[in-house]
Order: sequence, then structure tokens, then C-alpha cells
Amino acid sequence: MRDLSLHILDIVQNSLKANSTIVKLHIFEKAECNKLGLIIEDNGIGMDSDFLKKVDDPFTTTRTTRKIGLGIPMLKESALKCEGEFNICSEKNIGTKVFATFSIDHIDRLPIGDVGSTMTALITASPDTHFILLAESVKGTFILDTEEIKKTLNGEDGGSEMQNLISINEFAVIQWLKEYINEGLKNIFGGVLNEIDS
Amino acid sequence: MKSIAELEEIRKKTLEKISLRTNADGIRVVVGMATCGIAAGARPVMNAFVEEINKRSLNNVSVSMTGCIGVCKLEPVVEVIDKDGNKTTYVKMTAEKAARVVVEHIVNGQVCLDLTIGAVEK
Ligand code: FES
Repeated sequence: MRDLSLHILDIVQNSLKANSTIVKLHIFEKAECNKLGLIIEDNGIGMDSDFLKKVDDPFTTTRTTRKIGLGIPMLKESALKCEGEFNICSEKNIGTKVFATFSIDHIDRLPIGDVGSTMTALITASPDTHFILLAESVKGTFILDTEEIKKTLNGEDGGSEMQNLISINEFAVIQWLKEYINEGLKNIFGGVLNEIDS
Repeated sequence: MKSIAELEEIRKKTLEKISLRTNADGIRVVVGMATCGIAAGARPVMNAFVEEINKRSLNNVSVSMTGCIGVCKLEPVVEVIDKDGNKTTYVKMTAEKAARVVVEHIVNGQVCLDLTIGAVEK
């Protein structure tokens, strides 16, 4: 994968396949230890421990395990090759949590990429899923919660009149979201990650 | 700076258009978003569909994604499913090809035969 935003799209796609209704994405920077971290947490069907043991090994990802795909070993590799860490935990019928860190200054660290595009692709395809994006650095916090957006879109009365319902995947909303997210992330990671100017 | 207040504006503007909307007998566009699809550039293809569909104010077309379609080497793969359930599979898609499919296939009902899986696998 060329950047983190594509890894995120890939991992969250797994979450959606696993029938998740809530997907939480946490991107954080820990300046003290030069680490960029990523946590993707869902409430999907999860995996049992046998499967989990195999899932981050690319060589066991054969046809039978394709439903999870190569995405997890690829993210693991991206983390480990820049002296980061990788971890995944999952519980049947509870959900899955993927955790990865990356050494910010390492030459092999992937750039963060277009997270706005990833989020809007996901929201377009799965408007009913509740997505929460939380970005944190020394510069502050940015949160995007699709439930909040839906409330705003449905107006004060909560969209009780059918007329007032605007879907979150309406083009104008999607376009606004993409810019809103990318601007938010720029405020949080600008100057902190060398690929983003402050 | 972008703010949530702008959403209010978007809401009002969109409400005016939305009353014209019909969702019956829609066409579905499904983009393959397995790992291989994403790596091959499925995200810009999906965005191009969304953009073109909006540009032409097509109100009865939905865009969604799916996982593995089973043909890694032909990714990005896109399926266009018409209101009767007929499926056309487009392969090796790009944003430019997406724009063409919207105009020729979705608007004018002419399948872009040269972009389909049948044409490529010959
Ligand atoms: S994994 Fe490539 S098409 Fe299924």
C-alpha cells in the first residue's frame, strides 16, 4: 500500500464485511517516542483464536481465509519495517481491534495519505455504519462522528418529517466531509508529520 | 476554516433538490475494494463514479463497494447492475474509464464492451 489511508480503507473494509455497525478509527501521534499510531476498532463478528493466530501471517492467507485477505499482514509489514509495532485482538461476536504504530522519522514510514477520501469512500458505500474518526497530537484533537453529522443533517426535529431527511452520502455532504476531515487532520498533524505542512 | 455551520447551508440547499428524487428502479455501481483492488487504485475509481453521477444529476444510481470479486489481476473491477439485475463487469478501471461508463452505459444505455471482462479475457 502506498500510504496509511489506503491501509485504513482496506482494514475497515474487513470490518464492514464482518457486519460491524460501529467502526472507530484513532490516529495519534506521540511526540515523546517519535511514534504515529493507528487503532481500528469495530463491533463486527470477530474471529476465533485459531483464526486470529493465522491471520497476520501472509502465508496462511489462502483461498479459505480470503475473506480476511492480505490486508492485515500488509499493514503489519508496513508497521514493522519502520520499527513500529503491530497487534490485533478479536473476540467472536464482540469485535476486532487492530493496532499499529510507525516510527515517524523512519525512512520507510508510509505517509498518512488522503484520509478524507478514505472516509468518504467508506461513508458513501456504507452510510448506515457509525464511523468515528479521532485524531490526536500535541496540537490538539479532531473528532468526526457520523452520528453527529446525521443529526445536523436531519435538522432540529431529528428528521421526523420524511421531507427533512438528507442522507449522509448526498454528494454535497460527502464533498464537504472530505474537506472538513482533511482540514481537521492538517490542523492536528501539520508540522508534526513531515509530509504535512502546518 | 470549515465548520459544522456550513452543513446547515448544505442541508438547506440539498433539501430543495431532494424532493425530485426517485429511488425506484435504480442502477447499482459496485466497486471491488478487496486489498488488491485498493492497491490497484479502486478508491479514485469509486470517487470518479460518485463525482460523474453527481455532475449529471443522476438520481437513481447508487455507488457501493464489495470485497473480493475474484480477479486480482484485472483490478480495479466495477460491476454495474441495472434495474433488472443484469450485471456488467468492467475491469482494469481508471477514473477516466469511469467517466465513460457513466455517460455511455448509465446515461445512454450503451455498454462499453471494450472495457468489460469479456473483452479483456479474450
Ligand atoms: S483478492 Fe483480489 S480479487 Fe479477490
